Amino acid sequence: MTEVSVAVKPERAVKQPARGGHRSTKRSRREARAAYLFLAPWFVGLLVITIGPIFASLYLSFTDYSLLEEAQWVGFDNYVKMFTEDERFMNSLWVTTVYVIVSVPLQLAFALALALVLDRGLRGLSFYRSVFYLPSLLGGSVAIAILWRKVFGADGLVNAVLAMFGIEGPGWVGHPDYALGTLILLHVWTFGAPMIIFLAGLRQIPSSYYEAASVDGAGKWRQFKSITIPLLTPIIFFNLVLELIKSFQSFTQAFIVSGGKGGPADSTLFYTLYLYLEGFKNYDMGYAAAMAWVLLIIIAGLTGVNFLASKYWVFYGDTK
Amino acid sequence: MATPSRPVPVLFRPFRGGRVAKHILLIGFGLVMLYPLLWMISSSLKPEELIFREPGLWPSEVTLENYTEGWYALKHPFGYYLWNSAVVTAISVVANLVACSLAAYAFARLNFPLKKFWFAIMLGTIMLPHHVTIVPQYIMFSELDLINTIWPLVMPKILATDAFFIFLMVQFIRTLPRELDEAAEIDGAGYWRIYIRVVMPLCMPALATTAIFTFIWTWNDFLSQLLYLNNPDNFTVPVALRTFLDASSDSSWGPMFAMSIIALGPIFGFFLAGQKYLIRGVATTGLK
Repeated sequence: MTEVSVAVKPERAVKQPARGGHRSTKRSRREARAAYLFLAPWFVGLLVITIGPIFASLYLSFTDYSLLEEAQWVGFDNYVKMFTEDERFMNSLWVTTVYVIVSVPLQLAFALALALVLDRGLRGLSFYRSVFYLPSLLGGSVAIAILWRKVFGADGLVNAVLAMFGIEGPGWVGHPDYALGTLILLHVWTFGAPMIIFLAGLRQIPSSYYEAASVDGAGKWRQFKSITIPLLTPIIFFNLVLELIKSFQSFTQAFIVSGGKGGPADSTLFYTLYLYLEGFKNYDMGYAAAMAWVLLIIIAGLTGVNFLASKYWVFYGDTK
Repeated sequence: MATPSRPVPVLFRPFRGGRVAKHILLIGFGLVMLYPLLWMISSSLKPEELIFREPGLWPSEVTLENYTEGWYALKHPFGYYLWNSAVVTAISVVANLVACSLAAYAFARLNFPLKKFWFAIMLGTIMLPHHVTIVPQYIMFSELDLINTIWPLVMPKILATDAFFIFLMVQFIRTLPRELDEAAEIDGAGYWRIYIRVVMPLCMPALATTAIFTFIWTWNDFLSQLLYLNNPDNFTVPVALRTFLDASSDSSWGPMFAMSIIALGPIFGFFLAGQKYLIRGVATTGLK
């Protein structure tokens, strides 16, 4: 590894009680060498699995490449095509945006609501916590996506239940108007993980705040508005950023529920699903790489905007 | 005469009888949430024709036919795919434990030039969408002729690319008293020995969290297994389940449910066994 050879910079002194300047230099050199050895697997991974491919995909995004022939440099063609000609691309961006904008706030709202109900002084907390958390754990699996496809199928569970009330439901996953909705519901179903983060956040709020407010005559609602929410904003922010990043990259659910095609009528053609189809079904690797870069820019931009906006609503009190 | 009760430090102070109502509400909501899961379990035990007609949970007729049929429905018996998944998962877990803890020890305890810079890079990789790297990674593994082997799946773990876990362990190691390291050092232990004998044994909670999450993520992972495993001979469970979906018409949902239940089994088992670490992992790091 090249990093190892750059590693040894003898001028830095060690903060340890000096056992003679000469020896401490030798010691720090030994320590640095050990550190780079411990880090060796990570360094190789960084180079080969992460940084190298990042640059390679940047290069590929400016090419036409199908794995079989040499990559052809095409400049910004891929990017131009995306935003001007490729309606499926624009559609996949739109579908993903709708999915994220609807499902993330809903999911977080459920998570927060349940966290508040479960917060303090309730028996069986750990039982409920587990029940609500379980779907988060399973939700990303193929098995659950298969289940979803059946639950919302034309002769699935939902319609069987509706039939008991005399309602004839549509084939939810097969209908362009409802298919995305079933995926949103699947996402909301996995609210348990952010709920646990909210619960941990609620525990950080000192009870004395509520006691004091209550002595001052503040009602429940007032306490919630003036204590709970402000002190919880950093956690809300954390969950929001995390869920946005994650849900923009959703793949498995859409792939399975739509049978790998993003149908019906491209209504569940998630961004990453389209990327997969372009790159690994059409072998249009250059185009897929360009799509990946647009995704990176979207996610980075979104996270950046979030951080900027957070100045106005996230409250970092002296809660330490 | 009533003594004025002290203010109770709860968010929503329970009104009388409200506690029971709350439990009923929570249990009801929990049931609705788990209903699809329970329905899948019950459906997997029902004869095919009843699945579509009965939304109820209690099967009027119990059969294991779906399990036997599903087990042998694909090219290999389902146990074959379970074994493939188990191999990938086991290697991934061990690799993540070793590689990430090595890096974490260096970041948390050792001084070296450019440490802050590398640490920042490491944190940066956590946020990076996987999709930015998959195309070149695929090309690389394809050039190396490693498609349809487990290397593309386990290599990233051996090389500690799940930086989440490095970060988790760094945070954990930082809470351990440095005096222990120093004492060991005075006794003549080197860095390797301190790592193995002092730091790792104290890191058990962080290691357990890492192991459980790596297990679940790898077991559930679909995209990489879909990309790299194209030959039914090395299919893992998620990819095998998916071919089920392609190959079978709507009439064989029973066997598919049965195999889905089997696929979820190990996760459920880990969930029961490692709940404490799971919950703590989610609460402190946002790993999900």
